[in-house]
Amino acid sequence: MIKILKSGLYTSIQDMGRMHFLNYGVPISGVMDSYSASLSNVMVGNAKTCAVMEVTLQGPEMEFMSATRIAITGADLSPTLNYTPVEMNTSISIQQGDLIGFGERKTGARSYLAIAGGFQTALVFGSRSYFEGITPNATIKKGDLLPFNSSFGTGVSFFDVKKQDHPTIFNQQTLEVQAGPEFDWLSNEQQQKLLSNTYSLDLNNRMAYQLQPLFPNSLKSIISSAVLPGTVQLTPSGKIIVLMRDGQTTGGYPRIAQLTEQSINQLSQKLHHEKAHFRLV
Amino acid sequence: MDTLKKHELTYKPFGNAAILIEWPSEMHDSILKDLLSFYNTIQRNKIAAIVETIQSINSLTIIYDPQLIHFEEMKQWLIALYKKETTENTPVAYYVWKIPVCYDTRFGVDLAEISDKTMISIPKVIELHTKTAYRIYSIGFLPGFLYLGGLDSRLHIDRKPSPRLEVPKGAVGIGGMQTGIYPRTSPGGWQILGNTPISFFDTSTSIPCFAKAGDKIQFTPISYQEYVHMQTQVANEEYFIEKEVFYD
Repeated sequence: MIKILKSGLYTSIQDMGRMHFLNYGVPISGVMDSYSASLSNVMVGNAKTCAVMEVTLQGPEMEFMSATRIAITGADLSPTLNYTPVEMNTSISIQQGDLIGFGERKTGARSYLAIAGGFQTALVFGSRSYFEGITPNATIKKGDLLPFNSSFGTGVSFFDVKKQDHPTIFNQQTLEVQAGPEFDWLSNEQQQKLLSNTYSLDLNNRMAYQLQPLFPNSLKSIISSAVLPGTVQLTPSGKIIVLMRDGQTTGGYPRIAQLTEQSINQLSQKLHHEKAHFRLV
Repeated sequence: MDTLKKHELTYKPFGNAAILIEWPSEMHDSILKDLLSFYNTIQRNKIAAIVETIQSINSLTIIYDPQLIHFEEMKQWLIALYKKETTENTPVAYYVWKIPVCYDTRFGVDLAEISDKTMISIPKVIELHTKTAYRIYSIGFLPGFLYLGGLDSRLHIDRKPSPRLEVPKGAVGIGGMQTGIYPRTSPGGWQILGNTPISFFDTSTSIPCFAKAGDKIQFTPISYQEYVHMQTQVANEEYFIEKEVFYD
């Protein structure tokens, strides 16, 4: 078990998501940055799909009730082991009673903590990804006890890996997109403008990122149809909305573009007011 | 037996791991029937590369594994499957679910506004709202939210200019040409007529919603006392939703 001493700003358990209940309106959910989450899993000898802890901007503090092995990847939120800075992007041996905490944010928005064997929180509809109304909790709270399988991760040096840093993912401003189903509803001029504009990130969370400035248009609504993580919607008032992992399953706004998986990962590490632009691939 | 009208479908890439199949842009029973029939055919003939199929009002979105199949192969496979599908218009069974709704003003907080805007008396609004069995075209947006078709045009009424921060679970409302039920407490801009004690989403069963696309929902008015009683029955899992089978 891990005992949560401080919750952090928005901490949750996520795996690769819930794929098979979309026809009941259940969002896919899952880790926002699948690259960093996979990397953390591999570093402790897990399958890439194991459930990890997703930490947002301000990290939690936790105590380990038994020995194990962990790895922390993604955003640099100054992780500590027993109040001493600890390396990211490598595997860390944990003893019973050890404390992991986080400090100042240095890069990125979301950090991932993988544990040997994966977190064993409630499996609901084939996934452990937290989502309000689906899993018992929507976020991790102070006092929560998070189960993991303590038979993994100890006494095997096989999982000792060297530090492997992130590629340039965090500082890239370019988000690769494909034309969305309604991309050709835009005039040539509008298409050019969509791809040449530089956007600033506005309101954002696990459901969606809104971009600034507004993109005036006169596109009609569509009959509600499927939307996916990475779908870029354009509203009649000109808002550009990029749906993310907790996005709703259907929507009525034209879907003008679709982010690649890599671009979803990149965007999920960006902060309010940071810049981005689209490149058609 | 009639021949079911086959439609000209369009197949578009939706990112690099999904394909969007679209029917004509209408909310129509004959389109839904053809679409659900194709959905079932895909399920029966599912290949390993298909991750999931999302059923919407006039489209299917197939999420596939791009490591196992490419867009063009996926498209050709679907075109062949649609062509091969039986064109006989065989009767399809569906349920009409009787959903009790309390139209008491304690729940129907917008009844007066609806009545004013439509110039129809409150009892007549309730009568119009409960006389039609509404077709479920799709479940989506939120867990357990049903897209219902068939609202009487006299009840078409705009959403509230600014949404409420919290609309309670079970609220039954009207938004534009649609009527629907809030499956969970959430923000929302619909005009609220009443509330149902029935739950449309349950995480404790493997099929989280009792109703499915193609079925119909018939609202039946109940008193406040009946509502309170049914609410207890629902909580104790002693309430069984009345249903009738039909064919079309």
